[in-house]
Amino acid sequence: MARFLPLSEAVAENLNDGDTVAFEGFTHLIPTAAAHEAIRQEFADLTLIRMTPDVVYDQMIGMGMAKKLVFSYAGNPGVGLLRRLRDAVENGFPRSVEIEEHSHAAMANAYEAGAAGLPCAIFRGYRGAELAKVNPNIKSIACPFTGEELAAVPALRPDVSFIHAQKADLQGNVLIEGIVGVQKEAALAARRAVVTVEELVDDFDDLHPNLCILPHWTVTAIAVVPGGAHPSYTHGYYARDNAEYLEWDKIAADREVFRAWMDENVLQAAPDDFAKRVEKLRLAR
Amino acid sequence: MSKSDFTPNEMMTVAASRALKSEDVCFVGIGAPSAACNIARLTHAPDITLIYESGTIGTAPDVLPLSIGDGELCDTALTTVPVPEMFRYWLQGGRITIGFLGAAQLDRFGNINTTVVGDYDHPKVRLPGGGGAPEIASSSQEVYITLAQSKRSMVEKIDFYTSFGHGEGGDHRQRLGIDTKGPTLLITDLAIWKPDPATREFTVVSLHPGVTREMVQETCGWTVKFAETLEETPPPSELELATLRDLKARTEAAHKGA
Repeated sequence: MARFLPLSEAVAENLNDGDTVAFEGFTHLIPTAAAHEAIRQEFADLTLIRMTPDVVYDQMIGMGMAKKLVFSYAGNPGVGLLRRLRDAVENGFPRSVEIEEHSHAAMANAYEAGAAGLPCAIFRGYRGAELAKVNPNIKSIACPFTGEELAAVPALRPDVSFIHAQKADLQGNVLIEGIVGVQKEAALAARRAVVTVEELVDDFDDLHPNLCILPHWTVTAIAVVPGGAHPSYTHGYYARDNAEYLEWDKIAADREVFRAWMDENVLQAAPDDFAKRVEKLRLAR
Repeated sequence: MSKSDFTPNEMMTVAASRALKSEDVCFVGIGAPSAACNIARLTHAPDITLIYESGTIGTAPDVLPLSIGDGELCDTALTTVPVPEMFRYWLQGGRITIGFLGAAQLDRFGNINTTVVGDYDHPKVRLPGGGGAPEIASSSQEVYITLAQSKRSMVEKIDFYTSFGHGEGGDHRQRLGIDTKGPTLLITDLAIWKPDPATREFTVVSLHPGVTREMVQETCGWTVKFAETLEETPPPSELELATLRDLKARTEAAHKGA
């Protein structure tokens, strides 16, 4: 049953050192505010899962919080590489990070298998792809009916998934619109699901009947954090801060510039600061 | 600006766009493929279905997205589906006619590396990884590749097989149980290449205006094969060039937050 909590309590109650955690979002609706709260609370030894780790995972890895990363595309989308991740993988700074690397198809299927309560995902993939040779969690299985060789990967079952969404109603039901990504699957695959939302509304009556909704009894905690996806975006609320993604490439390039930026913008900041950051990006509604 | 005044990169994008048809259902990689696919849509292929891996089907962006999941893609799409559905029903289900990919490293058989430079466990450069590409390369009915030529990007041997092209050539795909055509077209800033029907090695079939064989060889890490009869790629038309430049200008302004 969803509990409405301040973000600091929602994170403190649901994340633990050593957890396997997904801060999921596919370019859209990235739960930046929740990730920053986790950084402020100094969690350690996390296994971070995400299809497209971008700036927030670069930040968490740069702060030395991750012992392992499970992913399928680790880049600053449209900009380039993740420089803190590179420093960790190439130089072990500030600590080495174990890598479990997949393709998008594999991760998407693995989340779906997690949500479906299956032990593994089966799909037609990785044919000729070298990842199958370096990742022992990629195996093959023969179809019992046709004999076709198919790829198999373990289901993803995070201890906790954090996602960002447009709105919650008073009962704690959650509405996700636009590029819905893999967040419904990530939430349903996890033991605990924590959602930040742009706003709270009375109810979802009179809306389209096929909207993407997480019922309140699938959600552990909800925190209202306007702007909480910045520099990602929230469809219908504010646009993606592409300039900030371009800027991140320079910030992350240097260890000291990175630490100074984190100190000012994350460690000394609070969830309420996100609303200001999206002010100039808000869409006419 | 005179008609012949265009850059190699503009020629590459225009040549790549010409390969696409209105009937195509194209899975679009970010970067160079995205520009080419949208020039096709804005010129000769208005009904082309463009699909980005964020789940947007039939999208028609006014500016090029910086990422594969910009809001512009969803706003202009016919429909937007969840990412697992995108990979299961639409890509694995065989609905994609053309997968359009870029590459960090490419070999003569159209195998692509976007994972690491150097050894996988101790890489010299950790690249972003495959994302959707490994299955785009095997499940799309055919694959087009576009990249700018350099000895760093077009190499004798790639460091990692992120996405399988024709492997070691010949019938290597079939031997692995892959029944799609694989890479059938490579468009660079200097030339158009197609795989040899038997060996599957990419062979230059058309040189862009003003480009010599030597220029192609000097910027390629393997010994280049040329077709017996080499064509010359028609230069960009005024419409193609104007469309491309308008799109780039709109995109640049949008990404700066203007």
